[in-house]
Amino acid sequence: MRYIGPDFYNITDLLTEEELLIQQTAYDFVQEKFTPLIREHHRQGTFPVELVPQMGQLGFFGASLPEAAGAAAISNVAYGLIMHELERGDSGLRSFASVQGGLVMYPIWKYGSDEQKQQWLPKLSSGKVIGCFGLTEPDFGSNPAGMITRAQRTSDGWVLNGAKMWITNGTLADVALIWAKDEDDVVRGFLVEKGTAGFSAPEMRGKLSLRASVTSELILQDVVVPNSAVLPNVEGLKGPLSCLTQARYSIAWGAIGAAVDCYETALRYAKARKQFSKPIAGYQLTQAKLVDMLEEITKALLLAIQLGRLKDLGKMDFNQVALAKRNNVRIARDIARTAREILGASGILDEYPVQRHTMNLESVYTYEGTHEMHTLIVGQKITGLNAID
Amino acid sequence: MNIIVLVKQVPDTEAKIRISDDGKHIDESSIKLVVNPYDEYAIEAALQLKETHGGEITLVSLGPAGAVTALRTGLAMGADKAVLIKADDSRFMDSQTVANHLSKVIKEREFDLILGGKKAVDTDAQQVGSLIAMDLNLPIITAIVELDLNGNQVSAVREVEGGAETVTCQLPAVLTCEKGLNEPRYPNLRGIMMAKKKTIEEKEISDGGIAVEIVSMEYPPQKAEGQIVGEGPDAVPELVRLLREEAKVI
Repeated sequence: MRYIGPDFYNITDLLTEEELLIQQTAYDFVQEKFTPLIREHHRQGTFPVELVPQMGQLGFFGASLPEAAGAAAISNVAYGLIMHELERGDSGLRSFASVQGGLVMYPIWKYGSDEQKQQWLPKLSSGKVIGCFGLTEPDFGSNPAGMITRAQRTSDGWVLNGAKMWITNGTLADVALIWAKDEDDVVRGFLVEKGTAGFSAPEMRGKLSLRASVTSELILQDVVVPNSAVLPNVEGLKGPLSCLTQARYSIAWGAIGAAVDCYETALRYAKARKQFSKPIAGYQLTQAKLVDMLEEITKALLLAIQLGRLKDLGKMDFNQVALAKRNNVRIARDIARTAREILGASGILDEYPVQRHTMNLESVYTYEGTHEMHTLIVGQKITGLNAID
Repeated sequence: MNIIVLVKQVPDTEAKIRISDDGKHIDESSIKLVVNPYDEYAIEAALQLKETHGGEITLVSLGPAGAVTALRTGLAMGADKAVLIKADDSRFMDSQTVANHLSKVIKEREFDLILGGKKAVDTDAQQVGSLIAMDLNLPIITAIVELDLNGNQVSAVREVEGGAETVTCQLPAVLTCEKGLNEPRYPNLRGIMMAKKKTIEEKEISDGGIAVEIVSMEYPPQKAEGQIVGEGPDAVPELVRLLREEAKVI
């Protein structure tokens, strides 16, 4: 068994037998069940929701959480390899899993009450229910501290008012984790069930990126929830930010999968496509492009593997995640564009995955912390000076 | 009900095959090796029988040390234990020798049923299942596409030219599996993690008695490049002309 991808540095030797087997399982699932569907879903702007229970059965959601959370407790590198394979399929598929595992199961596991864990974790992990995460607002993206969604305490619960935007899985979700400020401006998390009066989640249309992923607004108008809906064990922005660290970790891995798909498609194409006297892979300009792609993928993988090992040891911090998300998404975005160049006109057809990845990675570049915000996070870490505000 | 499943590790059917320098076997050093696809049907059939009738599933494989990965995959799918008959030179063994070694190990165990793929996709010999049945003096039904078990009575369907035949026999028996019998499950993450804790027993053998030897291997002849004569109905006359005058097939 070997790492599935360009293994120029014998990266296989850095992975355990289980990690390789887990990558193989995720690879087989995506290639056999998802890839045949993606072109049509991308055209129609829909997500293959019927695959969610299958992914749950395989154990993909929140898989690196402890066994007590209903997860398989796999290593963080193995989890990363699943994300790598899901995003080789499509960034929308990986986004779904990142949200379900990192942004919904993780906070319920980390900050929820025992009742909340029992009520939601088994169903989320098996894919019987879908979750979403409501932090970003129309006017507050990079600056979530400015959120205006409010939670007002009543005699026996809370009333929520506000609006969220750019929420992956919003319209599909059976449960939404809504972050809102209470009267003392303290950010708290609320589990709001689909169908609660005053709560709606209209889908956002017209996306030219992540088309095979549902993105929604969440509208909260005098939404009444009981005290049991509040995540009891977290207060303040560190709650949602800790979740973002989980999701960013999965993006750092996922982006490599998209890059690998683009690289392998371009390499295959360049070896088969003849112009003038020989395959275009035989020309120096094409070789330079392919070598740059391989080089960046290899470095990104090594970064992700070490990040995962640190996470397994409990030594990873958010600055390191910021660097990996920043680097790996940037290289993936560049690789997708370069792959499109190599494919020439064929590159713009959805017969090939390249242009779809190119479009998707535009979103990935700016979501879960824009490239610029990650630059400033790492900048602050190394200089000790805050350049954000 | 105790089931033995025969498992072989083979090159991935999508792998680019390279013949070794001595010209007698396939160079496996840089290709991906997987569970023989027909053996996956056998594992899945065993898992389904276990779900209904209970019992234990033991995988048995003969191969080099690396074949342990194929067994680990089968354990991750849900088999209970595994035996690897370790033979670094297994690629040179003929079917009879392989079957003898497997039979010897199987004989030491209690079993009701032996399942295997109808063939291994690398050697394509289609012999090991039948030879084991002969060694152990058991009934065999080959290339089954349906399987039903009622008490001790096996009922299986085989595809035959232009139709299907239903065959029955009593347990213990050997059954070899054909594509279409079932859809093998993916090993799920919990299964993969649990497989780590399952034991793989290893047995050493000395070869001995190879009667059939591969003399040489050759690549298939390269296909000539196709010719596109045009598109749509307009291309038909030219196509007919070429088929008649150049290919001389009509």
